Amino acid sequence: MIWLVGAILFWAAAWAINVWLANSRMSDTRAVTVLVPVIFGLSLIALWEGIVRAFNVPPVILPSPTMVAATFISSADILWQDFRQTVVKGAFRGFMIGACAAFLTAIAIDRSVFLTRGLLPIGNFVAALPIVGIAPILVNWFGFDWQSKAAVVVVMVFFPILVNTVQGLRETDAMQRALLCTYAAGYLQTLLKLRLPAAMPFIFNGLKIAATLALIGAIVAEYFGSPIRGMGFRISTGVGSLSIDLVWAEIVVAALVGTAFYGLVAWIEKRITFWHPSQRDRASRYLIQHGREP
Amino acid sequence: MRSLLPVLTVLGILVAIWYLAVAPMNLRGVLDQAERAGATVIPEGSVARRDVHIWSLILDNRGHVAAVYDMKRPRLPTPVQVGGELWKTTGEMAMKGRAWSKRSLIYHGWITLQSTLLGFLLGTTVGIIGAVAITYSRVADMSLMPWAIISQTIPIVALAPMIIVVSNQVGIEGRTLPKAIISAYLCFFPVLVSMVKGLRSPRLSQLNLLRTYSATSAQSFLKLRLPASVPYLFTALKVGIAAALVGTIVGELPTGAISGLGARILIGDQFGNSLAIWSALFSAAILAGVLVTALDLAQRGVLKYMGMRV
Repeated sequence: MIWLVGAILFWAAAWAINVWLANSRMSDTRAVTVLVPVIFGLSLIALWEGIVRAFNVPPVILPSPTMVAATFISSADILWQDFRQTVVKGAFRGFMIGACAAFLTAIAIDRSVFLTRGLLPIGNFVAALPIVGIAPILVNWFGFDWQSKAAVVVVMVFFPILVNTVQGLRETDAMQRALLCTYAAGYLQTLLKLRLPAAMPFIFNGLKIAATLALIGAIVAEYFGSPIRGMGFRISTGVGSLSIDLVWAEIVVAALVGTAFYGLVAWIEKRITFWHPSQRDRASRYLIQHGREP
Repeated sequence: MRSLLPVLTVLGILVAIWYLAVAPMNLRGVLDQAERAGATVIPEGSVARRDVHIWSLILDNRGHVAAVYDMKRPRLPTPVQVGGELWKTTGEMAMKGRAWSKRSLIYHGWITLQSTLLGFLLGTTVGIIGAVAITYSRVADMSLMPWAIISQTIPIVALAPMIIVVSNQVGIEGRTLPKAIISAYLCFFPVLVSMVKGLRSPRLSQLNLLRTYSATSAQSFLKLRLPASVPYLFTALKVGIAAALVGTIVGELPTGAISGLGARILIGDQFGNSLAIWSALFSAAILAGVLVTALDLAQRGVLKYMGMRV
């Protein structure tokens, strides 16, 4: 019982600190905006630990965070091997191929207004479909190794990036294009100097959606057959053999990789689209979030 | 309707690419079958053929190319075959009065639809409550929002097999609820983000106006913030229901489920029946289309009733 009371007290204390921080004068500083969610996350983990210990939850149902951490450290070599198989070989290569293919297709299609009008509704529809379902088909076509995982990722990331890029390329208005026309800029110059930069916020929006999809595709494809390594393989066999702590360690890896990948894309976006209103200084970002023009 | 012709053209191009791909995908299987049946194939023996490029195989065996479009177990079925299988497992069975047979896709679609709707309801509720909390409490805004974003970068599929095993051990009967939890996980995020945007969309002058009327904060919520957020809500619901369907199918795929569209894909894979996989995929697509269209119509109706521009 002491564990449960302790965990709840810890959680309440953390919440009180957060309330104080959020309403204090420092609430707009960078340190506090990072600190508050971190404290909140820690308090949730403490609550989890307390509940598992207080009610003696068997580890085959829900292992405690400390147990997951111990497994994470003791089986680091397995996790590293799975990470390389699933993320580096499957998800990352697939993401690169899919992103490049979608980008080039968008540029090609963009030259025809007719095709663009036809493609946008179809692409939007396909992007909303449960494409993961093709995983068994592609595993059947491309074999068990990383090639089939990369193929699933390619198909999954293709449509969100395509639709967003095509949409972004239509973002410039007639006045801007006419200006470049008066400069006697050709198609390529207009594309490189005006339309692609204007499309960047959209392209990065697509890339961010695709970054999370890539990992999902690579993991699901492994449920349908893989060499004896890979995160999806470890999770499905781990659930079968009741080594749930190892499964949770894989989930931690997946969460870290997913967040890091997303963060990387967001970081690159910030470097490239620094001029966009949503990326400007904090004050105007705040105003835009709250629906007002800076 | 202006874009009907372009859409049809793009669809036509996609179908044409599909048909062109069928020959190279299926030819090796057709040639193996034909050779076993005694026909002459160049070169002989499937091992020898493995080293020959597919295009030269097509050129050498032009007589057999027609057969690739009518295989029993093709690697890549033609659109007509998929359509035929789809009709056979839905309309034709319904006409025979066997719509709820275990082999009918109507039955499996219904199972999937149930968890999808339950998950959608769950996710939407969580999303709206979260959005209200975030709008009114600065602590919630600062502590919940980052975790909501992080939660979407965590691949839920990694958790899917476990959610199902654990809820089984905890004693939850059936698979509807665990699948719905996965759906809700994918569905709550778009609703949360859009509702936060929607609830914050009234301008400061509008909020001040209500204050001059000495409206309470509950009144300004019900009369200003909530109505203002409805257009945002519907846009999010359309994204959310598609996400909920993806969640249900992901929940059915890796976990040995026996009913539902995802389970049809799984079983089709285990029995090497590609037609079953493709027809289940297409019925999932049709289901997604129907759900999104229904919400779109509801959006038009509600916004018109509220006097907003559609």
